[in-house]
Amino acid sequence: MREALLEVDNVTLRFGGVVALNQVDFTLYKGEILGLIGPNGAGKTTCFNAMTGVYRPTEGEIRFGGQRISGKRRYQITKMGIARTFQNIRLFPEMSALENVMVGADAHHRTGALSAMLRLPRHWKEERSGRDRAHDLLRFVGISRPGEQARNLSYGEQRRLEIARALATNPQLLCLDEPAAGFNPAEKDALNQLIRKVRDSGVTVLLIEHDMRLVMGVTDRIVVLEFGKKIAEGTPAEVRENPAVIAAYLGVPTDAS
Amino acid sequence: MDVAGLLRDFPELTLTGLEQGAIYALVALGYTLVYGVLKLINFAHSEVFMIGSFAALWTWQGLGFVYDAEAAPLGSFLLAVLVGVIAAAGASALTAVTIERVAYRPLRKRNAPPLAFLITAIGASFVLAEGIGVYTHRAPYGMPRLLQPEVVFQLGGWKFTNTQLIVITVTLLAMVALDQFVSRSRLGRGIRAVAQDPDTSALMGVNKDRVIFLVFLIGGLMAGVAALLWNILPIGVAKFNMGFLIGLKAFAAAVLGGIGNLRGALLGGLLLGVAENYAVGLFGTDWKDFVGFVLLVVLLMFRPTGLLGESLGRARA
Repeated sequence: MREALLEVDNVTLRFGGVVALNQVDFTLYKGEILGLIGPNGAGKTTCFNAMTGVYRPTEGEIRFGGQRISGKRRYQITKMGIARTFQNIRLFPEMSALENVMVGADAHHRTGALSAMLRLPRHWKEERSGRDRAHDLLRFVGISRPGEQARNLSYGEQRRLEIARALATNPQLLCLDEPAAGFNPAEKDALNQLIRKVRDSGVTVLLIEHDMRLVMGVTDRIVVLEFGKKIAEGTPAEVRENPAVIAAYLGVPTDAS
Repeated sequence: MDVAGLLRDFPELTLTGLEQGAIYALVALGYTLVYGVLKLINFAHSEVFMIGSFAALWTWQGLGFVYDAEAAPLGSFLLAVLVGVIAAAGASALTAVTIERVAYRPLRKRNAPPLAFLITAIGASFVLAEGIGVYTHRAPYGMPRLLQPEVVFQLGGWKFTNTQLIVITVTLLAMVALDQFVSRSRLGRGIRAVAQDPDTSALMGVNKDRVIFLVFLIGGLMAGVAALLWNILPIGVAKFNMGFLIGLKAFAAAVLGGIGNLRGALLGGLLLGVAENYAVGLFGTDWKDFVGFVLLVVLLMFRPTGLLGESLGRARA
């Protein structure tokens, strides 16, 4: 039996009168790459935000490793092991690439403010290991200029830097929000490789992506949302054949044949 | 307008200006740090300074330090300073952190609009000032005179006094330390991260409340140090409303240098102090505050974000 990592249990999310998510229900298993797809406005990012604690579900609950997420503070959710990147790049623009990653690495430091001020050896050890790990992660995602300010990096590098920063928090689950937006085919292939590398390093991946070739090529399973509802779930091959999905994407009424 | 007077007293006016400006700068740090992280102007910060002053005074009185600076040996001066700085910095930091905890944090939890914060800040400022006012019967209290100002060395027409050297050196040391802390340490990284993007910081595991606590703590400590230095100056008088003008000037200094910018606070403070004292030389003492604020307004016309621009995130501390 596969071990569930994240359970989205009948989640409904309303903003005033708008139902952004309507009884969405799916499970993410340890070690898989799950794709979350759907037409624009289907509720993908909303779902994502609920999973990372930005929004709180109106009904239902989200459990991570059996523990309820709702009501937890964001930094606590990060500590539980969920990390994410953003659809619109949100790096710390005035920090170096290395520092951006170190902010993520700081999250799981054990030593507190006091030992940092007293400059205890344990603090230095952590600081050094954080720096080493940040360098490793930059190499892992293929960024060769650690000292460069984040805003001076190329677009592709900035996207990869976000992945490195998210990985620095030592997540069990990495959520990628349209990581291939604006990428050319070669960059998409490289991203495909990177996502697999991340999974092989032991991190479960949730991927929101518009690019069907990337999603079909990299994911193990796919959940399809439309108008805030789950309309399909299965392997890429199953989802591709699913009439409801084809209808959602091509705009054909489901009852027309 | 007394140009000849300004030229004659130029060295003295400059040094006095730097000395007072250094104190503005230390207080300005508190405004700038909090603004950088919360985009909030903490008007109660002037009272943080005032309470630091009284804390030092009462501690000295309580311990029976009575100073006749002429006769006081160096050892007892240093002891008085040590006790005073612990009392002032401790009381100021505690006040700053308490204000954040009692007044601002509840508003943050409820996502209150900026105006609610502003009114709360002004309210907290009045409550503290008036509270101390009632307690002290609104009377001014002279500080024990710790140090008789005297010229320690002379360079051409420039006569450096002991108080000037102490105040300016302490300020510069505090600035360098804070600069290093913010640009190099892990906690400093957290402060910059929250200043640049609070939401993303939280998602990267930064504990925003802790960063905010830290920022108020540091601002309070600096205001306490400033309060002690103020007491060392020959003008030293503690009064319940003493924070008002100094706080306003420190805030002006922060804006002048670029609010949210630590180095800007230093530059703005020194510039304001010097400009004020030149105004004293040119037009007389009555014009001191007038010129300081005219300078602020004129400068902002040309550099609306202040001399060094706004950014704590950039940590040009």
